[in-house]
Amino acid sequence: MAEVRIELIEKRIGQKPILLPLTLTVHDGEFFVLVGPSGCGKSTLLSLLAGLDQPTAGRILFDGSDVTDLEPRERDVALVFQSYALYPHMTVRQNMAFPLTVVPRANRLARKRIEEEVHRVAGFLGLLALLDRRPRELSGGQRQRVALGRALIRKPRLFLLDEPLSNLDAQLRASMRAELLRLHKELKVTTIYVTHDQTEAMTLGDRLAVLNQGRIQQIGRPHDIYAAPANLFVAGFMGYPPMNLLSARLGMESIQAGPLHLTRPPDRPPTDQEQTLTVGLRPEDISVEPISDSGGERAGFGVVRLTEPSGPTLWVTVELKDHNEAITIIGSAQAGFTPKIGDGVTVSAPRATLYLFDPTTGQRAGSS
Amino acid sequence: MNDRSLTKMKKSGGPVHLSERTWGYLFAGPAFALVSLIALAPIAAALWLSLRQQLPIFGIDEFVGIRNYLQLWGDDRFWAACRTTLYFTALSVSAELLLGFGFALLLNRLSDGAGRGLRWAHVMIILPWAIPTVVSAQIWAWLYQPDYGLLNYLLHAAGVTGGRIDWLADPDWAIHAAVVMDVWKTTPFAALLLLAGLKTVPRELYAAARVDGAGAWEQFRRITLPLLMPVVVIVLVFRTMDAVRVFDAVFVLTGGGPGNSTETLSIYAYKTLFQTLQFGYGSALATAMFVLAALLSMLYLALLRRHVQESA
Repeated sequence: MAEVRIELIEKRIGQKPILLPLTLTVHDGEFFVLVGPSGCGKSTLLSLLAGLDQPTAGRILFDGSDVTDLEPRERDVALVFQSYALYPHMTVRQNMAFPLTVVPRANRLARKRIEEEVHRVAGFLGLLALLDRRPRELSGGQRQRVALGRALIRKPRLFLLDEPLSNLDAQLRASMRAELLRLHKELKVTTIYVTHDQTEAMTLGDRLAVLNQGRIQQIGRPHDIYAAPANLFVAGFMGYPPMNLLSARLGMESIQAGPLHLTRPPDRPPTDQEQTLTVGLRPEDISVEPISDSGGERAGFGVVRLTEPSGPTLWVTVELKDHNEAITIIGSAQAGFTPKIGDGVTVSAPRATLYLFDPTTGQRAGSS
Repeated sequence: MNDRSLTKMKKSGGPVHLSERTWGYLFAGPAFALVSLIALAPIAAALWLSLRQQLPIFGIDEFVGIRNYLQLWGDDRFWAACRTTLYFTALSVSAELLLGFGFALLLNRLSDGAGRGLRWAHVMIILPWAIPTVVSAQIWAWLYQPDYGLLNYLLHAAGVTGGRIDWLADPDWAIHAAVVMDVWKTTPFAALLLLAGLKTVPRELYAAARVDGAGAWEQFRRITLPLLMPVVVIVLVFRTMDAVRVFDAVFVLTGGGPGNSTETLSIYAYKTLFQTLQFGYGSALATAMFVLAALLSMLYLALLRRHVQESA
């Protein structure tokens, strides 16, 4: 168990920056998620933490002591790979025992103790019946659990997971997520988890860091990031369906995004007249209603282009047009309303949180 | 042809009515005929010849049953040739495997980093193998030449040896000189096969092993070696077959001499067949060599099968 401090870590390959100077602290016992699109540098950061790769500059500290120049074996970290990286020629038992059997002879446990440890961890993960199988005789979920077992057997002080669930089918992924949380609760090992899946990040992390283009975009608790995205990237990346981001003009009492007319809450002091901004609206805050429905406050009219049922919510993509502009937004159908593609609908956003972003810097200017 | 179209053809009463099995034999027929012609027939002919006494210069040609083999059993020169062959094989194959593994690991390490230098390294390593054996043996014969050969010159200059060593005329050195030449020539083959094997090991396994705490030696012993066992066996089979039949390398260097001290089975068989023209006895020698090679490869394949079963 350890507190991890990353101080101005930087990684370049040749002249190409992979990670820009980056500082981050992961607290002892925390479940921390690094989330971002592919190529954002999250896996590189994980390799640096594991010691598989050397940073161009900066320091990594575990519990205050510098481990930047230490080999992986000296860091006492465990890493679960996306592909699991199980040793194909070894049985489940041998795979899980491997980290204990390569310890220098002086510190190595007796053969009997190693066998006991394997049984303890295998019991914990429900692998006891599979100990003599080889990886290729296991299902994806079972391989995943063996990889976890191999990582956990050493009781590492830092537990690193690189997209461990992305090779599993959706149902298994959900149950493995629950399993991971249970393991973390019981073992309380500091865990850093890398994923490109924002849903996974939201459900698993105590805290998360959103990465893009080698830079941390925002660090915070899942809900805080969802409720208060720091910039356009975070706003568009976190949440599904993604936030609607529209170019808009800010008026005295209203915000006009092409054909969409949004009322400006009165408690906001007026800023520059006719300022151009990017406005963000969550799809769940936009209500799509039948055109005849006169109740509520209309923001615009449009035509249904796509419907996407997702359990209790029906997501509707609506195209709104006026004489000089057409925009597409995603909203949720009003309860009981099932629009069809091509139908005319009313769009309203009565209680929507409007996220306002500076269109040049991408930073959030405020929300109302 | 899939099952359905086959059934359809049967039902529709096509031009020929044959069972699937017969069709199979029919299709395999041409290949079988070719193999029979170029491999099985000569083997059978040699076997038949080994049961006869055939000395054309005396006009003798008669069936003698297993008499040639009985003679073989009591022939000291045959047993000496067997010992020489096995000694040569054991020494050269093990050296080639070890050195080849070393080169393969080195090349694999190189290819992790830079790109262009690697292709040159490949070419340099493969070069000895690309030279015809007779040519390289002649090159080495000159290197070994006692009076103006490079080897004696270098050893003398370095102060390792006092004087002139006649490498190929000294019964103790001669066979080793042939081994060195063979190792120089065929290590590249082993290295290339092993390198191809190394490339198939996922890099992530090494990353996982590093994180799991394995050092370089443990990674090699616990991951590289077991995963490469099938390739190692293939190298052993190929190289052993070649070494058991070795002819040109030794023949060009020493001609089997001095005395018969470097005479391998194939050289003995060659001399018997083509210098003394004892076709029957020579064929018996060739058959013995064939049996020896077959036994060795069966041994290896049994090893490989056990390894595969263990990891299956």
